[in-house]
Amino acid sequence: MRNTGVLASPADLSIVQRLRAGDETTFMMLVEQHQAEMLRIARMYLSSRAVAEEAVQEAWLGIIKGLDRFEGRSSLRTWMYRIVANVAKTRGQREGRSVPFSSLAGDDVAPAIDAEWFQAATDRAPGGWRTFPDDWRGIPEDRLIGYETMQRIGRAIDLLPPMQAEVLRLRDVLGWTSQEVRNALDLSETNQRVLLHRARSRVRRELDTYLSEGRDR
Amino acid sequence: MSMQGLTCHEMVEIITDYLEEAMRPEDRRRVEAHLAGCEGCTTYLEQMRETIRLTGRLTEEQIPEVQKRQLLDAFRTWTR
Repeated sequence: MRNTGVLASPADLSIVQRLRAGDETTFMMLVEQHQAEMLRIARMYLSSRAVAEEAVQEAWLGIIKGLDRFEGRSSLRTWMYRIVANVAKTRGQREGRSVPFSSLAGDDVAPAIDAEWFQAATDRAPGGWRTFPDDWRGIPEDRLIGYETMQRIGRAIDLLPPMQAEVLRLRDVLGWTSQEVRNALDLSETNQRVLLHRARSRVRRELDTYLSEGRDR
Repeated sequence: MSMQGLTCHEMVEIITDYLEEAMRPEDRRRVEAHLAGCEGCTTYLEQMRETIRLTGRLTEEQIPEVQKRQLLDAFRTWTR
Protein backbone atom coordinates (compact mmCIF):
# COMPACT_ATOMS: atom_id res chain seq x y z
CA MET A 1 0.00 0.00 0.00
CA ARG A 2 1.49 3.33 -0.90
CA ASN A 3 1.46 6.29 1.38
CA THR A 4 -1.37 8.59 0.47
CA GLY A 5 -0.80 11.42 2.89
CA VAL A 6 -4.20 10.70 4.42
CA LEU A 7 -3.69 8.21 7.20
CA ALA A 8 -6.31 6.01 8.77
CA SER A 9 -8.06 7.83 11.59
CA PRO A 10 -8.36 6.35 15.09
CA ALA A 11 -12.01 5.70 14.15
CA ASP A 12 -10.88 3.72 11.08
CA LEU A 13 -8.53 1.61 13.19
CA SER A 14 -11.24 0.93 15.71
CA ILE A 15 -13.64 -0.14 12.95
CA VAL A 16 -11.02 -2.51 11.56
CA GLN A 17 -10.45 -3.99 15.00
CA ARG A 18 -14.17 -4.58 15.50
CA LEU A 19 -14.50 -6.15 12.03
CA ARG A 20 -11.64 -8.50 12.76
CA ALA A 21 -13.53 -9.57 15.85
CA GLY A 22 -16.56 -10.34 13.69
CA ASP A 23 -18.75 -7.42 14.85
CA GLU A 24 -21.84 -7.55 12.62
CA THR A 25 -23.21 -4.15 13.58
CA THR A 26 -20.01 -2.49 12.49
CA PHE A 27 -20.02 -4.41 9.25
CA MET A 28 -23.59 -3.39 8.47
CA MET A 29 -22.77 0.22 9.22
CA LEU A 30 -19.95 0.02 6.71
CA VAL A 31 -22.26 -1.53 4.13
CA GLU A 32 -24.84 1.22 4.70
CA GLN A 33 -22.22 3.86 4.16
CA HIS A 34 -20.41 2.45 1.18
CA GLN A 35 -22.46 -0.06 -0.80
CA ALA A 36 -24.10 2.46 -3.14
CA GLU A 37 -20.83 4.19 -3.90
CA MET A 38 -18.98 0.92 -4.41
CA LEU A 39 -21.62 -0.17 -6.88
CA ARG A 40 -21.17 3.06 -8.80
CA ILE A 41 -17.42 2.57 -8.93
CA ALA A 42 -17.89 -0.99 -10.21
CA ARG A 43 -20.29 0.29 -12.83
CA MET A 44 -17.64 2.59 -14.20
CA TYR A 45 -15.87 -0.50 -15.48
CA LEU A 46 -18.75 -2.93 -15.98
CA SER A 47 -21.79 -2.16 -18.06
CA SER A 48 -24.03 -4.87 -16.60
CA ARG A 49 -25.58 -4.07 -13.24
CA ALA A 50 -25.68 -7.74 -12.29
CA VAL A 51 -21.98 -8.21 -12.98
CA ALA A 52 -21.19 -4.99 -11.12
CA GLU A 53 -23.13 -6.28 -8.10
CA GLU A 54 -21.10 -9.50 -8.21
CA ALA A 55 -17.93 -7.45 -8.35
CA VAL A 56 -18.97 -5.49 -5.27
CA GLN A 57 -19.76 -8.74 -3.47
CA GLU A 58 -16.33 -10.03 -4.42
CA ALA A 59 -14.79 -6.75 -3.24
CA TRP A 60 -16.46 -7.09 0.18
CA LEU A 61 -14.97 -10.56 0.44
CA GLY A 62 -11.59 -9.11 -0.47
CA ILE A 63 -12.02 -6.39 2.13
CA ILE A 64 -12.87 -8.83 4.94
CA LYS A 65 -10.08 -11.18 3.96
CA GLY A 66 -7.66 -8.29 3.61
CA LEU A 67 -8.40 -6.71 7.00
CA ASP A 68 -5.32 -8.30 8.52
CA ARG A 69 -3.19 -6.58 5.92
CA PHE A 70 -4.70 -3.15 6.52
CA GLU A 71 -1.88 -1.12 7.96
CA GLY A 72 -3.60 2.23 8.28
CA ARG A 73 -1.40 3.98 5.76
CA SER A 74 -4.46 5.25 3.94
CA SER A 75 -7.98 5.95 5.13
CA LEU A 76 -10.20 2.90 5.36
CA ARG A 77 -12.62 4.10 2.66
CA THR A 78 -9.81 4.83 0.21
CA TRP A 79 -8.42 1.37 0.76
CA MET A 80 -11.89 -0.19 0.28
CA TYR A 81 -12.68 1.73 -2.89
CA ARG A 82 -9.38 0.80 -4.45
CA ILE A 83 -10.24 -2.84 -3.87
CA VAL A 84 -13.60 -2.54 -5.59
CA ALA A 85 -12.06 -0.54 -8.45
CA ASN A 86 -9.42 -3.21 -8.95
CA VAL A 87 -11.91 -6.08 -8.84
CA ALA A 88 -14.16 -4.34 -11.37
CA LYS A 89 -11.27 -3.41 -13.65
CA THR A 90 -10.00 -6.99 -13.64
CA ARG A 91 -13.45 -8.38 -14.37
CA GLY A 92 -13.94 -5.88 -17.17
CA GLN A 93 -10.67 -6.93 -18.76
CA ARG A 94 -11.42 -10.62 -18.34
CA GLU A 95 -14.73 -10.16 -20.09
CA GLY A 96 -13.07 -8.20 -22.85
CA ARG A 97 -15.24 -5.28 -21.93
CA SER A 98 -12.79 -2.91 -20.43
CA VAL A 99 -13.80 0.62 -21.10
CA PRO A 100 -11.08 2.94 -22.39
CA PHE A 101 -10.06 5.74 -20.02
CA SER A 102 -11.01 8.37 -22.57
CA SER A 103 -14.62 7.27 -22.58
CA LEU A 104 -14.76 6.97 -18.78
CA ALA A 105 -13.28 10.40 -18.40
CA GLY A 106 -15.26 11.98 -21.20
CA ASP A 107 -12.92 13.01 -23.98
CA ASP A 108 -15.11 15.93 -24.83
CA VAL A 109 -13.30 19.21 -24.48
CA ALA A 110 -16.50 21.05 -23.70
CA PRO A 111 -15.74 24.52 -22.37
CA ALA A 112 -16.81 25.43 -18.84
CA ILE A 113 -19.31 27.82 -20.35
CA ASP A 114 -20.21 28.65 -23.98
CA ALA A 115 -17.82 30.95 -25.82
CA GLU A 116 -20.83 33.09 -26.75
CA TRP A 117 -20.79 34.47 -23.23
CA PHE A 118 -17.55 36.28 -24.03
CA GLN A 119 -16.64 39.11 -26.35
CA ALA A 120 -14.87 38.17 -29.57
CA ALA A 121 -11.37 39.20 -30.59
CA THR A 122 -12.77 42.10 -32.60
CA ASP A 123 -14.93 43.43 -29.75
CA ARG A 124 -14.03 46.18 -27.34
CA ALA A 125 -12.83 43.89 -24.56
CA PRO A 126 -11.87 40.52 -26.08
CA GLY A 127 -12.44 37.64 -23.67
CA GLY A 128 -14.56 39.78 -21.34
CA TRP A 129 -18.15 38.96 -20.40
CA ARG A 130 -20.82 40.07 -22.86
CA THR A 131 -23.44 39.84 -20.15
CA PHE A 132 -22.63 39.06 -16.55
CA PRO A 133 -23.80 35.72 -15.17
CA ASP A 134 -26.92 35.80 -12.98
CA ASP A 135 -26.49 36.68 -9.37
CA TRP A 136 -28.05 33.77 -7.48
CA ARG A 137 -27.91 35.54 -4.17
CA GLY A 138 -31.38 36.96 -4.66
CA ILE A 139 -32.90 33.48 -4.99
CA PRO A 140 -34.70 32.28 -1.85
CA GLU A 141 -32.93 29.48 0.00
CA ASP A 142 -36.12 27.39 -0.16
CA ARG A 143 -35.84 27.27 -3.93
CA LEU A 144 -32.09 26.68 -3.92
CA ILE A 145 -32.27 23.65 -1.67
CA GLY A 146 -35.70 22.54 -2.84
CA TYR A 147 -36.58 19.09 -4.15
CA GLU A 148 -36.65 20.20 -7.78
CA THR A 149 -33.17 21.76 -7.59
CA MET A 150 -31.78 18.59 -6.04
CA GLN A 151 -33.45 16.53 -8.77
CA ARG A 152 -31.80 18.70 -11.42
CA ILE A 153 -28.38 18.36 -9.85
CA GLY A 154 -28.80 14.58 -9.51
CA ARG A 155 -29.84 14.26 -13.13
CA ALA A 156 -26.96 16.43 -14.34
CA ILE A 157 -24.51 14.21 -12.46
CA ASP A 158 -26.08 11.04 -13.88
CA LEU A 159 -25.53 12.36 -17.39
CA LEU A 160 -21.82 13.04 -16.88
CA PRO A 161 -19.19 10.62 -18.23
CA PRO A 162 -18.68 7.98 -15.46
CA MET A 163 -15.29 9.15 -14.21
CA GLN A 164 -16.37 12.79 -14.02
CA ALA A 165 -19.51 11.76 -12.15
CA GLU A 166 -17.54 9.66 -9.68
CA VAL A 167 -14.94 12.32 -8.97
CA LEU A 168 -17.72 14.85 -8.36
CA ARG A 169 -19.64 12.47 -6.07
CA LEU A 170 -16.66 11.63 -3.92
CA ARG A 171 -15.36 15.19 -3.75
CA ASP A 172 -18.55 17.27 -3.57
CA VAL A 173 -21.41 14.96 -2.52
CA LEU A 174 -19.43 12.94 0.02
CA GLY A 175 -16.90 15.65 0.79
CA TRP A 176 -13.70 13.64 0.39
CA THR A 177 -10.38 15.44 0.07
CA SER A 178 -8.97 15.64 -3.45
CA GLN A 179 -6.05 13.50 -2.34
CA GLU A 180 -8.35 10.72 -1.18
CA VAL A 181 -10.36 10.90 -4.40
CA ARG A 182 -7.37 10.51 -6.65
CA ASN A 183 -6.00 7.72 -4.53
CA ALA A 184 -9.28 5.79 -4.50
CA LEU A 185 -9.76 6.14 -8.26
CA ASP A 186 -6.06 5.92 -9.08
CA LEU A 187 -5.87 9.27 -10.84
CA SER A 188 -3.09 11.80 -11.13
CA GLU A 189 -3.56 15.10 -9.35
CA THR A 190 -4.06 16.94 -12.64
CA ASN A 191 -6.49 14.40 -14.11
CA GLN A 192 -8.54 14.47 -10.95
CA ARG A 193 -8.82 18.24 -11.08
CA VAL A 194 -9.61 18.36 -14.80
CA LEU A 195 -12.42 15.84 -14.28
CA LEU A 196 -13.73 17.77 -11.30
CA HIS A 197 -13.60 21.03 -13.25
CA ARG A 198 -15.60 19.63 -16.17
CA ALA A 199 -18.12 18.03 -13.86
CA ARG A 200 -18.65 21.10 -11.67
CA SER A 201 -18.86 23.39 -14.67
CA ARG A 202 -21.49 21.15 -16.21
CA VAL A 203 -23.58 21.05 -13.04
CA ARG A 204 -23.29 24.83 -12.68
CA ARG A 205 -24.63 25.21 -16.22
CA GLU A 206 -27.59 23.00 -15.49
CA LEU A 207 -28.31 24.88 -12.29
CA ASP A 208 -28.05 28.20 -14.07
CA THR A 209 -30.47 27.04 -16.75
CA TYR A 210 -32.92 25.87 -14.11
CA LEU A 211 -32.57 28.85 -11.79
CA SER A 212 -32.92 31.37 -14.62
CA GLU A 213 -36.28 29.89 -15.69
CA GLY A 214 -38.95 32.47 -15.20
CA ARG A 215 -36.47 35.23 -14.46
CA ASP A 216 -35.75 38.20 -16.66
CA ARG A 217 -32.27 38.08 -17.99
CA MET B 1 -12.38 43.42 -18.56
CA SER B 2 -8.86 42.10 -19.06
CA MET B 3 -6.80 42.53 -15.91
CA GLN B 4 -3.20 41.56 -15.35
CA GLY B 5 -3.27 39.62 -18.61
CA LEU B 6 -6.11 37.27 -17.54
CA THR B 7 -9.36 37.46 -19.48
CA CYS B 8 -12.74 36.47 -18.05
CA HIS B 9 -12.83 33.67 -20.61
CA GLU B 10 -9.58 32.32 -19.18
CA MET B 11 -10.82 32.81 -15.63
CA VAL B 12 -13.74 30.38 -15.97
CA GLU B 13 -11.32 27.62 -17.00
CA ILE B 14 -8.94 28.05 -14.06
CA ILE B 15 -11.60 28.63 -11.43
CA THR B 16 -11.40 25.03 -10.16
CA ASP B 17 -7.63 25.30 -9.73
CA TYR B 18 -8.32 28.42 -7.70
CA LEU B 19 -11.06 26.86 -5.58
CA GLU B 20 -9.02 23.69 -5.03
CA GLU B 21 -6.04 25.81 -4.00
CA ALA B 22 -3.89 24.17 -6.62
CA MET B 23 -2.20 27.31 -7.89
CA ARG B 24 1.21 28.83 -7.53
CA PRO B 25 1.06 31.90 -5.28
CA GLU B 26 1.78 34.27 -8.17
CA ASP B 27 -1.08 32.83 -10.25
CA ARG B 28 -3.37 33.06 -7.27
CA ARG B 29 -2.51 36.72 -6.90
CA ARG B 30 -3.32 37.32 -10.58
CA VAL B 31 -6.71 35.64 -10.14
CA GLU B 32 -7.43 37.68 -7.03
CA ALA B 33 -6.40 40.89 -8.74
CA HIS B 34 -8.77 40.08 -11.61
CA LEU B 35 -11.61 39.23 -9.23
CA ALA B 36 -11.13 42.47 -7.33
CA GLY B 37 -11.97 44.44 -10.47
CA CYS B 38 -14.45 42.15 -12.21
CA GLU B 39 -18.08 41.85 -11.19
CA GLY B 40 -18.84 39.16 -13.79
CA CYS B 41 -16.12 36.79 -12.60
CA THR B 42 -16.94 37.46 -8.96
CA THR B 43 -20.52 36.41 -9.67
CA TYR B 44 -19.34 33.38 -11.60
CA LEU B 45 -17.09 32.34 -8.70
CA GLU B 46 -20.05 32.79 -6.37
CA GLN B 47 -22.13 30.52 -8.66
CA MET B 48 -19.43 27.84 -8.56
CA ARG B 49 -19.25 27.99 -4.75
CA GLU B 50 -23.03 27.74 -4.61
CA THR B 51 -22.97 24.78 -7.03
CA ILE B 52 -20.53 22.99 -4.71
CA ARG B 53 -22.64 23.79 -1.64
CA LEU B 54 -25.86 22.56 -3.24
CA THR B 55 -24.23 19.42 -4.64
CA GLY B 56 -23.13 18.65 -1.09
CA ARG B 57 -26.78 18.53 -0.03
CA LEU B 58 -27.57 15.55 -2.24
CA THR B 59 -28.19 12.46 -0.17
CA GLU B 60 -27.26 8.93 -0.95
CA GLU B 61 -30.01 6.53 -1.84
CA GLN B 62 -30.99 3.68 0.43
CA ILE B 63 -29.73 0.16 -0.15
CA PRO B 64 -32.31 -2.56 -0.79
CA GLU B 65 -32.92 -4.78 2.27
CA VAL B 66 -32.23 -7.94 0.26
CA GLN B 67 -28.71 -6.86 -0.59
CA LYS B 68 -28.02 -6.00 3.04
CA ARG B 69 -29.19 -9.42 4.19
CA GLN B 70 -27.02 -11.19 1.62
CA LEU B 71 -23.98 -9.26 2.73
CA LEU B 72 -24.62 -9.91 6.39
CA ASP B 73 -24.91 -13.63 5.69
CA ALA B 74 -21.68 -13.47 3.76
CA PHE B 75 -19.96 -11.60 6.59
CA ARG B 76 -21.01 -14.30 9.07
CA THR B 77 -19.56 -16.98 6.85
CA TRP B 78 -16.35 -15.15 6.08
CA THR B 79 -15.46 -14.28 9.65
CA ARG B 80 -16.30 -17.66 11.08
